[in-house]
Amino acid sequence: MGKLAAGVTRLFAISILAITLLLVIQLWLHSYEARQKFGLGFLTSTLWNPVTDEFGALPFLYGTVITSFLALLIAVPLGVGAAIFLAELTGPKLSETLTFLVELLAAVPSVIFGLLAIFTLVPFMRNYVQPGLQRVTGGIAIFSGHPYGVGYLTAGVILAVMTFPFIISVSREALLAVPREQREAALAVGATQWEATWDAVIPFARLGIIGSIFLALARALGETMAVTMVIGNNPSIRASLFAPGYTIASVIANEFTEATGDVYLAALVELGLVLFALTIIINGLAQLLIRVTTKR
Amino acid sequence: MHRVFAAAFLLSSTLFAADTIHAAGATFPAPIYQKWFSEFQAGHAGVSINYQPIGSGGGIRQLTEGTIDFGASDMPLTDRQIKSMKRKALHFPTLMGAVVLSYNVPGVSSALRLTPDAIAGIYLETIAWWDDPRLAVSNPGISLPHKPIEVIHRSDGSGTTFVFTDYLSKISPVWKRQVGASTSVAWPTGLGAKGNDGVASFVKQTPFSVGYIELLYAVQNQMTFADVRNAAGNFVRPDLEGVSAAAANLKAIPADFRVSLTNPPGESSYPISTFTWLLIPEEIKDPEHRRTIIDFLGWMLTTGQKDSRALSFAPLPAALVEKIQTQIGLIR
Repeated sequence: MGKLAAGVTRLFAISILAITLLLVIQLWLHSYEARQKFGLGFLTSTLWNPVTDEFGALPFLYGTVITSFLALLIAVPLGVGAAIFLAELTGPKLSETLTFLVELLAAVPSVIFGLLAIFTLVPFMRNYVQPGLQRVTGGIAIFSGHPYGVGYLTAGVILAVMTFPFIISVSREALLAVPREQREAALAVGATQWEATWDAVIPFARLGIIGSIFLALARALGETMAVTMVIGNNPSIRASLFAPGYTIASVIANEFTEATGDVYLAALVELGLVLFALTIIINGLAQLLIRVTTKR
Repeated sequence: MHRVFAAAFLLSSTLFAADTIHAAGATFPAPIYQKWFSEFQAGHAGVSINYQPIGSGGGIRQLTEGTIDFGASDMPLTDRQIKSMKRKALHFPTLMGAVVLSYNVPGVSSALRLTPDAIAGIYLETIAWWDDPRLAVSNPGISLPHKPIEVIHRSDGSGTTFVFTDYLSKISPVWKRQVGASTSVAWPTGLGAKGNDGVASFVKQTPFSVGYIELLYAVQNQMTFADVRNAAGNFVRPDLEGVSAAAANLKAIPADFRVSLTNPPGESSYPISTFTWLLIPEEIKDPEHRRTIIDFLGWMLTTGQKDSRALSFAPLPAALVEKIQTQIGLIR
C-alpha cells in the first residue's frame, strides 16, 4: 500500500514537470517564425507594428516589470503590516473576521477588479491623485505629463489591491506558525510586545513572508484582465508613471484572437515565452535572496 | 425483432437527423448570428449550429486548420491567407454595419461634423486641439473649446479597427504610408481601451475625448456621434440608410465578394461602412453538412435578412442578394 501510494504520488509530481516542459516546448515551437525573423533583437526592439510585421518585446517587458514593482511597493508594507497586526497584535476574534474578509478579497475575479478600476479608480486617479501628486512634487519626471487616469501607476495600484490579500494570508500563516516559546522567551527577558514581535517572531517567519511576496509578484506579473482595462494599452516606454503603457499578458490577451499572419502570431507566442523566462529569472533571484539571507 | 429495431433506427435517424455544425469567428455580427442560428434550428428539427464568437482572426485560423465547418470574418481573406488554406473558401456577405466617431465635448450639444481630413488629422495627432480651425470650418455656429483632444482607440485586435483603419488608409495617403490598415495597428497617438464597451466607457468618462465604436453599440448606449463627410462631399448621419446606400452605390462588386465598403461613392452613403462575411468551404464532403449549410445560406439571404434592422445591422441590397444566391450553387 505504501509503495503504491508512493508510486502514484510520484506520478502526480512528475506531471508538474511534464506540464511545464510541454508548455515550454509548445511556446518554443510556435514562436519559430518570430525567433527566426527577429532573433535576440526581439528583446531590445521597441517596435510593435502588425501592419508591417515588425515586433519587439521591450515596451511590454518594461510595462510588466514596472507595474509589478509598483504593485509590490504598495502591497508589501500594507500586506506584511496587516499580517503582523492580525497574527500578533490583536485578539483572535478580530483576526479571524478580517482574515475571512481577506480570503474573500482573494477570490474576487480579476475582471471585477478591472471594471471597478475603470469606473471608480480611473476617474479618481485622473481628478485627484494625479493632479495632487503633480502639485505636491512640482511635476517631476515620473509624475509628469497629462493625467489620463490610466497608465502604469493606476495599473500598479489595482495590482496592489489584487495581490495584497495573498501577502496577508500567507504571511499571517507563517507568523502563526512561529512557536509560542519564541515569544515567551523574548517577553521573559523583558521585551515589550512589539520588541518580541519584531526581534523574535518576524525573523523566524522571514522565509514565509518572503514566499508570500513572491507569490504576489508571480500573480502581478501574469495578471491580465484588470491590467488591460486600466494601463492604456500603448506600446511605448516612458519615464512618467502617468503615461499609458502595456504589459506582456495584456497584449497577448488583446491581440491573440484577431492576429492574422504567421509572424504576428509567432511574435505573440514568443512574448509568452519571454514572460515565462522573466518569471523563471525572478523566481531564481528569489531563491538566491532566500539563500543569502538564511546564511547570515 | 431485429428488423423492427433496424427500421425504427432508420426512421429515427432520418426524422431526427442530428446534424451539428461548428462555426466560429467574428464578434461584431455575433448578436444577430446567434439569433439566426437559433431561429433556423427552430424551423429545422435535428439541426444545430454552434457559433463561437472568438474573433475574425480565430475563425480564419480554425477554418485554415479545418477544425470548424465554416468561419465568419469582418474582413475578406487576403491573397496570402487564401493560399495557405487547405480547402478553398467562398465569401458570403451577410450584413452591413458601420463604425461611428463618438465624442465627449462638454458644452457641445449639437452633432459635430467631421471631414475625412479632420478624422485622419485627429488620429495622426496633427490636429491636437478641439478649436483647431480645420475642425471649426465645418462646424460653424458651434463654439469648440481650447482643450487637447483625448484620442481613444481599440486595444484588442478587432474587425472594427480594420474597418476604421481601412477607411483612414483610403482617405489619407499619410495614414496609408505611416500606419496602414489591420485588426491592430501601431497607433501614432491615443489610449487603447478593450472592446467596444471599453472605448465607450472611456469616451463617456473622459471629457474632450473621441473614439470609434460600432454603430449598434453607439445606438444602444445613446452615445453622441459625429456626421461624417462622404466622398460626394455631403455630411451624412451614420444610420442604416446611409450604410445601405453605401452598398447600393458600390459600382463593381468582384465575383468573389471580397470588397471593401469604406469611402464609397453616392450622395447619401455613410463612408465608414462595412460588410461582414461567412467563409464557407467550397467543397463540403459530408452530404448532411452540405445540405444544412446550403439550406441555411438560402434562409439567411431571405428570411434572415428581415431580422437585421432590429439589431442595428443593415440588410443586404436586393440586387446583391441575387448575386450571392447564385454563389450557393458553387458549393460541392
